[in-house]
Amino acid sequence: MKNKKELGIYIHIPFCVHKCVYCDFLSFPASQERQKSYIDALLGEIERTASSMSDKLEKYVVTTVFFGGGTPTCIRPELIAGIMEKLRQCFDFSRQPEISIECNPGTLTEEKAKIYRECGFNRISIGLQTVNDGLLRMLKRIHTFAQFEESFALARAAGFENINIDVMSALPGQHLIDYTQGLEKVVSFSPEHISAYSLIVEEGTPLCAHPEEFPAPASEDEEREMYYATDEILKSAGYSRYEISNYSKPGFECRHNTGYWERREYLGFGIGAASLFENVRIKNISDIERYINAAGKMSVAETEEKLTLTDCMEEFMFLGLRMMSGVDCERFRECFGVEMPDVYGGPIEKNIKNKLLEEKISRESGRVTGYRLTDRGIDISNSVMADFIL
Amino acid sequence: MKQENIRNFCIIAHIDHGKSTLADRIIEKTGLLTSREMQEQVLDNMDLERERGITIKAQTVRTVYKAKDGQEYIFNLIDTPGHVDFNYEVSRALAACDGAILVVDAAQGIEAQTLANVYLALDHDLDVFPVINKIDLPSAEPQRVIDEIEDVIGIEAQDAPQISAKNGINIDEVLEQIVAKIPAPKGDPEAPLAALIFDSLYDAYKGVIVFCRIKEGTVRKGTKIRMMATGAVEEVVEVGYFGAGQFIPCDELSAGMVGYITASIKNVADTRVGDTITDNQRPCDKPLPGYKKVNPMVYCGLYPADGAKYQDLREALEKLQLNDASLQFEPETSVALGFGFRCGFLGLLHLEVIQERLEREYNLDLVTTAPGVVYKVHKTNGEVIELTNPTNMPDPSEIAYMEEPMVSAEIMVTTEYVGSIMKLCQERRGVYNGMEYIEQTRALLKYDLPLNEIIYDFFDALKSRSRGYASFDYEMKGYEKSNLCKLDILINKEEVDALSFIVFAGSAEERGRKMCEKLKAEIPRQLFEIPIQAAIGSRVIARETVKALRKDVLAKCYGGDISRKKKLLEKQKEGKKRMRQIGNVEIPQKAFMSVLKLDEE
Repeated sequence: MKNKKELGIYIHIPFCVHKCVYCDFLSFPASQERQKSYIDALLGEIERTASSMSDKLEKYVVTTVFFGGGTPTCIRPELIAGIMEKLRQCFDFSRQPEISIECNPGTLTEEKAKIYRECGFNRISIGLQTVNDGLLRMLKRIHTFAQFEESFALARAAGFENINIDVMSALPGQHLIDYTQGLEKVVSFSPEHISAYSLIVEEGTPLCAHPEEFPAPASEDEEREMYYATDEILKSAGYSRYEISNYSKPGFECRHNTGYWERREYLGFGIGAASLFENVRIKNISDIERYINAAGKMSVAETEEKLTLTDCMEEFMFLGLRMMSGVDCERFRECFGVEMPDVYGGPIEKNIKNKLLEEKISRESGRVTGYRLTDRGIDISNSVMADFIL
Repeated sequence: MKQENIRNFCIIAHIDHGKSTLADRIIEKTGLLTSREMQEQVLDNMDLERERGITIKAQTVRTVYKAKDGQEYIFNLIDTPGHVDFNYEVSRALAACDGAILVVDAAQGIEAQTLANVYLALDHDLDVFPVINKIDLPSAEPQRVIDEIEDVIGIEAQDAPQISAKNGINIDEVLEQIVAKIPAPKGDPEAPLAALIFDSLYDAYKGVIVFCRIKEGTVRKGTKIRMMATGAVEEVVEVGYFGAGQFIPCDELSAGMVGYITASIKNVADTRVGDTITDNQRPCDKPLPGYKKVNPMVYCGLYPADGAKYQDLREALEKLQLNDASLQFEPETSVALGFGFRCGFLGLLHLEVIQERLEREYNLDLVTTAPGVVYKVHKTNGEVIELTNPTNMPDPSEIAYMEEPMVSAEIMVTTEYVGSIMKLCQERRGVYNGMEYIEQTRALLKYDLPLNEIIYDFFDALKSRSRGYASFDYEMKGYEKSNLCKLDILINKEEVDALSFIVFAGSAEERGRKMCEKLKAEIPRQLFEIPIQAAIGSRVIARETVKALRKDVLAKCYGGDISRKKKLLEKQKEGKKRMRQIGNVEIPQKAFMSVLKLDEE
C-alpha cells in the first residue's frame, strides 16, 4: 500500500543509574531482574496493542522510533534488541524509519553501540548537559566530560552518523561565559543535532525542594542572554534552530520529535508513555508494579482523552508555533476544513501588532502562507500560545 | 392565648458566644420541631450566614412551651442581626421584644459587642437576664464571668443558668427563666392598631411579607392598613405567625403578639423597618417612637467582569433589593470598567454579603472598586454635595471645605495590647475619648474615628495587633470638617478612574506609596515596562514600575508533555480573561480591591 499513514513509536525505559537533581522524568534505578520483568511486560504490551488494532495498523507505516527514559543504554543491550525485534514483528518497518536511542555518557560501551547498530538504531542522543565537571557533579550526573568524549567517539566508531548532544543552560551557578565556551566545545565535536534546553526547575525535584543547597539560578536576563548566544553560536557553526530548543545541521531535524509538534500519530509503550492515535490521547499508568502485572493482559491506559475539534485546533497552533517553520494555513484547512484566520483572526492580529508573531509569505505568490513566532515571541511564547486556546 | 402566656424576647450576645446555637436548642426543646428536623442552626438559613457564623437577616420563630407550672406559653423568639452594620435593624428588633437573654461565653467573658447590645437592650427598657454558655469548655470560669456581669453591667447574675448550648446542658433552666423573668406583653386589643415593623421579606407569590409586633389593637384579613412613614395603604390578605421555617396563617393578630402580614405589597421599600402600621380607617394618634430612614454608609462601584452581563447585574440587584431596602444602587460609567452601578451599603460586611450573593446566587463575576464613605463637599458657591464617587469630586478650586462621617468606637482589649491598639487608632486619626478598666486585665478604649479609616481593614488590623483578643463596636457620630483630597492612580501614564479614592491629606503620600506597591505586586509583568503612579492633581507623589516580561517559555514539549502543557496554557488563558484592559495594560480584577488591604503588618 502506497498511501500508508505515518506512525511514530515511543518506548519508555524508566531505568537510570541514579536520579539527577533536576530530573522529573519517570525514572529510577532498579535491579537486573526488575529490568527484565519490565521489558517482558513491555513486549506484552506491544504485542497486545498490535494485535488488538491489527486492522487499523495495516494502514500505517512506522517512520520513527524513539527509545527514551530514564537511560535506555543503562540496561542490557539484548533487552533493547529484543524490543526492536518485537516491533519489527508487529509493525511495518519497510520505510527505513529514523530509530533513536537516548544515552548517558558512561553507560555506552563498544559492545552496546555495536548491538544497537545491528538492530537498526541510526540515531543516538547523548545527554551531556554541560562540559563543566563541577556542574556535572553538582547536578549529580553520573559522568565526567572525559566520559562523554569517550562515548561520542564510540558512537561515531560504531557508525552513528546522526548524533544529538543535549546541553543545558541557566544551571545554578552557570555564567554566560562558561556556557558559551562550553557550547563552542560541544560544537567542535560536530554533532548533527544539538538540543539546548534552559533548565526548568520542576516541582518534586531536589532542585526545587532545596534551592538553598545550590548556587543561585541564572536570572531571567542571563537566561535569555544564554538563549540568544546559543542561536548565534550554533548559527555560525552551520546549525539552524528549527524548534524553540532544537538545532540541527540541514536535513538532520529529529523526525520523531517533529512528529509531536506536527501532530502525527504515535504509539507510546511502557509506564507513563503517551500516545496519540485517531485523535485520542492516551497516557499509561506510571506504577511499575501494576504495569508489570497488567501489561499484555489488559489495557494499561490510565487516561484516555478523546480530543474535540477545538482541542485539535488548539494543539495544532501551540505545538506548531514551537517550530520555527510555524503554522501553515493550508495544512490547517486540510485538517479542519476551516480557514485559520476565520478561527484565530483576533489572536493573530493582536500578536502581529505586538510583534510577537510574523506572517510567512510565499516567494512565488506573495501571499501569506502561515505564521511563526518572532524572536521576541519565542521569549514569551506561553503568553502568545495561550491566546490560541479557544 | 392570653397575653400573660406570651413571651416576646430575643437573644443578645457577642459574635461566637453561641446565640444561634442556644436559639436552636430552645426551638428543639419546646417541641414544635423534633431533633431530626433540626437543621444545624435553624435560624440562620442563608448559606452565607451559616458559613460566616453570623446572622445577617433577622429570623423569627414562634414555639409553644409547656412550663413546669403546667401552663403553655407562646415564645416568640426574635432573632437579631449580629453585626454593627445592622445596628438600626437590631434596635427595631429589640423594640419588638419585652425582654432579652444575654448569652456570655464562660471562657471569654464580656466583650465589646456584649456591652453594646446590653446597653441597647436596656435603652429599650427590656428585662435582661444572663445565661453563661460553654461551661463545658476546659477554660470556662463561670463564677468569674458572673461576677464580671454584675460588676460591669450591673445586672443580677448569681442565678444565671450555666449551660452548654452545643451539648444541650441545662437548657430547661433557660426555658423556665424565660417564663419567670421576661414580662408578658401589654397593650389593648381594642385600641387603634399600632404595629411595629421589624423586618420584611419579599416572596414571589405573596409579595412583601411584613414582620411585626402588635403593640396596640388588632389586625385581621381585610383590615385596610397604612404605613405611617411611607403612607402606603393596602388591604391585608393574610396574617399569621412563624413556625420554624414556615408561615402559619391565623385569624388575627392582637396586641402583644408577634407575626406577619401580607397585603399584596410589591416593594419592600414601602415597608420600612421601624415604621408603624395602623388601621387606615381608625388610625392611632402618633407612630411608635424610634423610626428613622437608614441611609447607606459605604459606597462602591460594582461592575460585571464581562461587560455583556450588565443587564444581568441590574436584574440581580433589583431582586436583592426586594428583600433589602437598605441596598441602594444607581447606574454609573467608568472609563476603565465600562457600565456598572454605584451601590450603597450599610457597612463593609453588608457590601461583602451582597457581593458574595451576587457572585454565588446569580453567578456573576464582579469587579468591585474600593469602597468609600459619603463625604460632604461644601462648595465656594454655597452648594453642598454628597460625594459617593471619588470621580465626581469637584475641582479643588471650587471647594470651600469638606466633611467626613465620624464614628464613636469602643474597643475592648486585654491590657497588654492597649499600647498597640492605641497606636493603631492614632494611625487611623482616632481622637482618644478615655479608657475604662473592666477588670484588672481588660480595658475599654473609647475613640472617635473617621468612618473612612475603619471601613477598609480596621477590623483585621485590630485582630492581628491584639492576637485576636480585641473586640470592637461603633456607632455613627455625625460629620466633621476634614482636610481631604482625591488621590488618582495612573497606570502606564493613564489615569484609571476606578482606582481613584478620597484620602485624608496627611496620609495621602503614604497611601499613595502603599497603593503603588500593592498594584506593582498585583499587576503581572507585560510586554513593556509599566509605570504606576499616584498623583494628587498633577503632582505625582509615588511611583513604582512593573518591569517588562522577559521570559515565559517552556523549553521542552514532547509527546508526554502535551496534555499538561495544554492545561498550563488554559490556566494562563483563564488568567487573561480575568484581566481588564486599560489602554495597553492588562490589570487583574482583584487589583481594583487592592486598596482594601494596605495595612499588612
